[in-house]
Amino acid sequence: MQAPRLIASDLACRRGDRVLFAGLELDLRPGDALHLAGPNGVGKTSLLRLLAGLMRPFAGSVEREGAVGWIDEHSALDPDLPLGTALRFWERVDGCTAPDINPQLLGVDHLLDVPVRYLSTGQRKRAAFVRLLNRHCPIWLLDEPLNGLDSDGAAKIEALIALHCGGGGLCVVASHQPIGIDRVTRMELGA
Amino acid sequence: MSPFAALLRRDLAAMFGSGARGGAALPVLFFLAVATLYPFAVGSDARLLAETGGGVLWIAALLAALLPIERLVRPDLELGLFDQLALRGVAEEASLAARILAHWLSFGPPLMVAALPGAALMGIEAQTLLNLELGLLVGTPGLAALGVMAAGLTAALRSGAALGGLLAIPLAVPLLIFGAGSLDGNADGALALTGAASLVLLALAPFAAGAAIRAARE
Repeated sequence: MQAPRLIASDLACRRGDRVLFAGLELDLRPGDALHLAGPNGVGKTSLLRLLAGLMRPFAGSVEREGAVGWIDEHSALDPDLPLGTALRFWERVDGCTAPDINPQLLGVDHLLDVPVRYLSTGQRKRAAFVRLLNRHCPIWLLDEPLNGLDSDGAAKIEALIALHCGGGGLCVVASHQPIGIDRVTRMELGA
Repeated sequence: MSPFAALLRRDLAAMFGSGARGGAALPVLFFLAVATLYPFAVGSDARLLAETGGGVLWIAALLAALLPIERLVRPDLELGLFDQLALRGVAEEASLAARILAHWLSFGPPLMVAALPGAALMGIEAQTLLNLELGLLVGTPGLAALGVMAAGLTAALRSGAALGGLLAIPLAVPLLIFGAGSLDGNADGALALTGAASLVLLALAPFAAGAAIRAARE
């Protein structure tokens, strides 16, 4: 894994007529975990999308070194397909032969035959993490990764984030829940 | 497997499968329904049927191609598929080109087969049928591109499907004019123009729809 870097300089975001934030500076290095917090509508998701390059900044710039793994409310798994088939599509796109260990790790290995539309929100979230783990990207951008997860799932995700950052990855998490890992920097948007 | 091949495989499986995106048989059934109903409406005048039948089959093919517009792009946009692909460096244009190819494979060749019983119902002559088949061969890729383009442009809008249909039909007029024009006599020029119109749409569609999907993110 190459050493990731994520730098935002003088970043501003506008949604409609409102400027959500301006002059935002970030410099994240390998091992950094950043927890974005703040009330609804303050621009957490927008900031993540800017960092991912899915949106263009209103002002300022974002520099990324390393591939981005993305988790948000959309699972991007075909609802009509069995989970295993839906995940295999992403394995083909990513050109990886995924180990069976990731579904097992996230506790979805018994669901691989079940169509995605029958899965609960939390199960879909776990499946999205399987796809994220299959890909080994150094930068993780996670939007509300703990939503819909039970305490066991949340603990697993926190452990995964800690492991990822411990292994030289970097991670930005937007979440209303506290992220129970060491060395996490908390950033309050709109404060 | 390259992302393009993976996407094509997924799209084809979805279109020929039984899920919500499935229903590749639907355009063909629609096409055959028109071909079956038309003689009932026009009556048993064999000459009239044979003369107008080819044009009706072209209209049926055009509308059949636009039938699945609602399912072509919108479900994947709502699913977040294009975001995940963009983060993997797969351009929207590439995934939409795969979608156009899959869409064409799901209705183009089946329509060409369905045109055989359709032509028989109308009593169309062999030469006209040959021109119809050739016209469909060069014209349906353009219709597929047009369908995906309209679907992409309206994917982020409410009641996009109806709007997509309205948007696509005027753009399909050149294909219809040249395609139906190739049915009688002097076919070569008309077929070439059908192909030209088809190519223009094919060249334009991935970029237009891709730009629309990127714009929907902002």
